Amino acid sequence: MSRGRYGIHGGQYIPETLMNEIINLEKNYDFYKNDPTFIKELNDLLKNYAGRPSLLYYAKKMTEDLNGAKIYLKREDLNHTGSHKINNVLGQVLLAKKMGKTRVIAETGAGQHGVATATAAALLNVECEIFMGKEDVKRQALNVYRMELLGAKVHTVTSGTMTLKDAVNETFREWTTRVQDTHYVLGSVMGPHPFPMIVRDFQSVISKEAREQILDIEGKLPSAVVACVGGGSNAMGMFYNFIKDKSVKLIGCEPAGHGINTDKHAAAIAKGTLGIFHGMKSYFCQNEYGQIAPVYSISAGLDYPGIGPEHANLHDTNRAQYVPVTDNEAVNAFEYLAKTEGIICAIESAHAVAHVQKIAPTMDKDEIIIICLSGRGDKDVASIAQYRGININE
Amino acid sequence: MSKIQNAFKNGKAFIGFLTAGDPSIEKTEEFILEMVKAGTDLIEIGIPFSDPIAEGSVIQSANVRALSAGTTTDKIFSMVKSLRTKTNVPIVFLTYLNPVFKYGYENFFNYCNQVGIDGIIIPDMPFEEKSECYIIAQNNNVDIISMIAPTSEQRIKEIAANAVGYIYVVSSLGVTGMRSEIKTDLNSILKSVKSASSVPVAVGFGINTIEQAKEISKISDGIIVGSAIVKIIEKHGNQAGKYIYEYTKSMKQAIL
Repeated sequence: MSRGRYGIHGGQYIPETLMNEIINLEKNYDFYKNDPTFIKELNDLLKNYAGRPSLLYYAKKMTEDLNGAKIYLKREDLNHTGSHKINNVLGQVLLAKKMGKTRVIAETGAGQHGVATATAAALLNVECEIFMGKEDVKRQALNVYRMELLGAKVHTVTSGTMTLKDAVNETFREWTTRVQDTHYVLGSVMGPHPFPMIVRDFQSVISKEAREQILDIEGKLPSAVVACVGGGSNAMGMFYNFIKDKSVKLIGCEPAGHGINTDKHAAAIAKGTLGIFHGMKSYFCQNEYGQIAPVYSISAGLDYPGIGPEHANLHDTNRAQYVPVTDNEAVNAFEYLAKTEGIICAIESAHAVAHVQKIAPTMDKDEIIIICLSGRGDKDVASIAQYRGININE
Repeated sequence: MSKIQNAFKNGKAFIGFLTAGDPSIEKTEEFILEMVKAGTDLIEIGIPFSDPIAEGSVIQSANVRALSAGTTTDKIFSMVKSLRTKTNVPIVFLTYLNPVFKYGYENFFNYCNQVGIDGIIIPDMPFEEKSECYIIAQNNNVDIISMIAPTSEQRIKEIAANAVGYIYVVSSLGVTGMRSEIKTDLNSILKSVKSASSVPVAVGFGINTIEQAKEISKISDGIIVGSAIVKIIEKHGNQAGKYIYEYTKSMKQAIL
């Protein structure tokens, strides 16, 4: 059995051409994660460039309106570049530099990871190329231009379903073509080991801060932490430092699209089955012959047929609970948070907000929920308008 | 010892690849028989996968065509069963791990054994993950073919020493597809492989011309050609049979 297992999940299912590279990556990561200079440089970037720690904001109006548990928002949307993606990217690009790489490549769905990677590459002076599905290039035109402004080259991926899964395929293909000087900045807690571990470690700053902040403000732990899950990086970051606190419920919100009983969703836990894809064993939406299903979500960032292996194991062991949230519920929550708290969050994060709208009223007033607000919603305004039948481009 | 050894008894081996079900499962059987008639020593049949991450654009498109035509693993098994009444040529599958895993390792390799499949290449199952299905495959007389890449370096010894059937040496970085030039120092890779194993060594990825075939067969036991054949199928569709015959015949003769 190979390295990097979470229960039965994880592993290193990738072509031989990449094996030495990921072995080398793990070796370097194991060294630098304990290297005082690396830690100091990364912490400096997180504080002075990304703007950490992010706020833990008490959503008073939302709490009063829902009339149940007290709701806090972990404001990853306030980070530089507007999402949690920057946490991982600063770590990985800095690591790539230390490894002597001069070029980084990355996949992106909503464009948030692409923008974050392009940003870190500009700052740290490495070449950057981003792979993005044609469907997402259309949905997220603003982010494509942002990446180009930052000096990255954006490749439009026209294979398969032309979304996040296909962008990942293409980035892996590019990596096998040019592996010597290039690091693949994988954007989520997925792919072959050591990526799920590296991305989780870099994202765990979210729960490290949130745990300290809530103990400081409230003097006790929350009853639940809630986050949206595509590949699962913000959720893993939000869950990680609470895993040992057995009283804290961990809830991941999966993209249910038009509903999990239709064929238009991307709910890998609710509807997926065990499979091996993109370097890992985990749950995937697939057919009886193991063909990966064309999935769907209104949210480009959650539009992925699988889920990271550590989440799959948290599900198997019942430590975390995964719930489906539909497009419609997410759009309603997007609008609700804007009107109630004056915060336009990412449509991805709105999946978590929607679930909290359901559970908060059923909980006691002395209970606490923390929502990971993984990103800001500027990028989604046009598509939400379109969802409501309004064309704002006219 | 599997039938695969027979492929290397007729001079340098010519190994031809195509994707099952492109453009239809019936045509695949016909095309394979054309390849055999032209002297192909071993056939690699691709079981199409929705997301073939080791493939270049030519074979990616073939996967799309095959899946769109309704090709399934079961239909491919039936085709091989029928093929086995007509030829004894060694046949291996090439596919990704998920279609095999999802079918169930026991079922999959049991069927392979029943219909007469001799080996399987799984590009996303590296040495470290072989325990997934190595023993089940072996119990069903199916060789799991090991791949060695230009980046394998210190890994070559361990991979080669444990190899069965033949060793698939990847000629270049990147994905499958025709290349005008192969720049890898194949000589030194093949030397390391040979010093660790007596299993035949075939080279693939990028080979499409007579010149490349001649040159690479000088230093290896065989050559693997995929994209060039799939390209012929893409161009000629149902009528590709005679073109495949001519092409594979010229390649086999070049390396005799």
